[in-house]
Amino acid sequence: MAEKTTEEKLYTVKINPDIDSHLKIDEETCRKCKTKVCLYVCPANVYHENEHGGDIVVNYENCLECGTCRVACDKIDWKYPRAKYGVSFKQG
Amino acid sequence: MGINKTDVIIVGAGVAGAAAAITLARSGKKVVVAERGNYAGSKNMFGGAVYEYPTCNLYPNFKEEAPIERINTEHRYIIADDKTSVSVSYSDKESKTSYTVIRSKWDKWCIERAVELGAYYSPKTVVRELIVKDGKVVGIKTDNEEFFADIVILADGVNSLLAKQIGLRKELKDSQLALGVKEVIKLPKEVIEERFNLEPDTGCVVEIIGGALKGITALGFLYTNEESVSIGIGVNIDELKKHKLSPEELLENLKKHPDIEPLIRGGELLEYSAHLIPEGGFNAIPKLYSDGVMVVGDAAMLVDNVHWEGTNLAMLSGQLAAETAIEAINKTDFSAKMLSCYEEKLKKTSFYKDLKTYRNTVSIVHDNAESFLKFYPEKINEFFKMFTSSGFVPKSSGYRKFIKNFVKNRSLCNLFKDFINFVKLGMSILK
Repeated sequence: MAEKTTEEKLYTVKINPDIDSHLKIDEETCRKCKTKVCLYVCPANVYHENEHGGDIVVNYENCLECGTCRVACDKIDWKYPRAKYGVSFKQG
Repeated sequence: MGINKTDVIIVGAGVAGAAAAITLARSGKKVVVAERGNYAGSKNMFGGAVYEYPTCNLYPNFKEEAPIERINTEHRYIIADDKTSVSVSYSDKESKTSYTVIRSKWDKWCIERAVELGAYYSPKTVVRELIVKDGKVVGIKTDNEEFFADIVILADGVNSLLAKQIGLRKELKDSQLALGVKEVIKLPKEVIEERFNLEPDTGCVVEIIGGALKGITALGFLYTNEESVSIGIGVNIDELKKHKLSPEELLENLKKHPDIEPLIRGGELLEYSAHLIPEGGFNAIPKLYSDGVMVVGDAAMLVDNVHWEGTNLAMLSGQLAAETAIEAINKTDFSAKMLSCYEEKLKKTSFYKDLKTYRNTVSIVHDNAESFLKFYPEKINEFFKMFTSSGFVPKSSGYRKFIKNFVKNRSLCNLFKDFINFVKLGMSILK
């Protein structure tokens, strides 16, 4: 089996993203953050560094709602997506 | 109150919530189950297996009627180094203690049984907060409405924001939670049975220590389904932070091990998933009840991570909370004192006693990950490499070299410390 990238793996997951993000960050807080654990602990690569300024971009559309970022970083305002939105696992 | 008031509201239609729902419905109580997903099981992921007990108590016909993938008749433990591995396997073809299931099918089936008996089930319902009046939980608030009940049972999963809201649970430490990432890989039925040496409909549970996970508090797992294999890892969040690891990359590396790769070769990825696993054990169990409310399943951190048991504890805690709710309704007493019976019942179970037995096991292993999960797995593999190779080195010098390396790689002082820690581990389990 050819190795798949995380993005390719995420194609196998049914996600219905809401218009607004259920994950909120404070740009100023993130700018000052030295560890930026969100960049590697997330199993769905939701958090990215913007190519230009290094600001954190939140691709909430990829979120698997596991809560790892919520536990790893207490600065993330983490909510469940609204009803009908978010992930629907078929093989969990 | 009136039309939007019921006896019991259950938040979450996972295995714990459904167990509570069917128990209440069976005794004729009015019960509403609020599930945030589009269908039961849609927000859930596990290894995973359900167990004969307590499933048979809740769903007596489950073996004939429920969507079961395979009956697990073999348990295999793989202790891996980078390229080699030592396996121990226990097979019992008569045994019927656990079954692999797929949550979207299983959870749906379970909640349907509760609905048949009169439970009211409401999917696509996100409970945002609990309504608290004079210190008592009296209902729930969703995005668009309020709903009231004499008792609310929180079966809202590992993240349980609701238990946190009312202070039953503090924010969890990152060492008390593991992240599980899993891939379900499609393979033909016959191929699975051939690769794992299985009779039709029987399955194999594999635990993987070491390999790509060497030296960190993490384990690999593999379960056989009817026409797919679930492979994944569970890794402590503090380990991800400490070593700056990507969980998905760890799984990818584990899959490449020469003894794992042939098991999944040629398969098609059906789904990638992630979910948290309560890892704190006995010491992380929150307060289980308060006025008008009880906490069950993952929300109550009820997972035995030594034996990888969670669904049985979830079902049992759901059932016991529901039984307590039935008594409370019959006495019209929803006080914390009345609901404390739930904890009393839970404490009498062997599952709870197991959690107590292993209360320090995970933390001892965690603190000694470098020796327990790296050095010794490496040495076990090194020993067998020496033991099985032939022709170049006389066996006697092979043994001597192995012992010499053992002491060279790990000082006598460290070996002594390891010995003490092994004893400590043993004592913590036996006392």
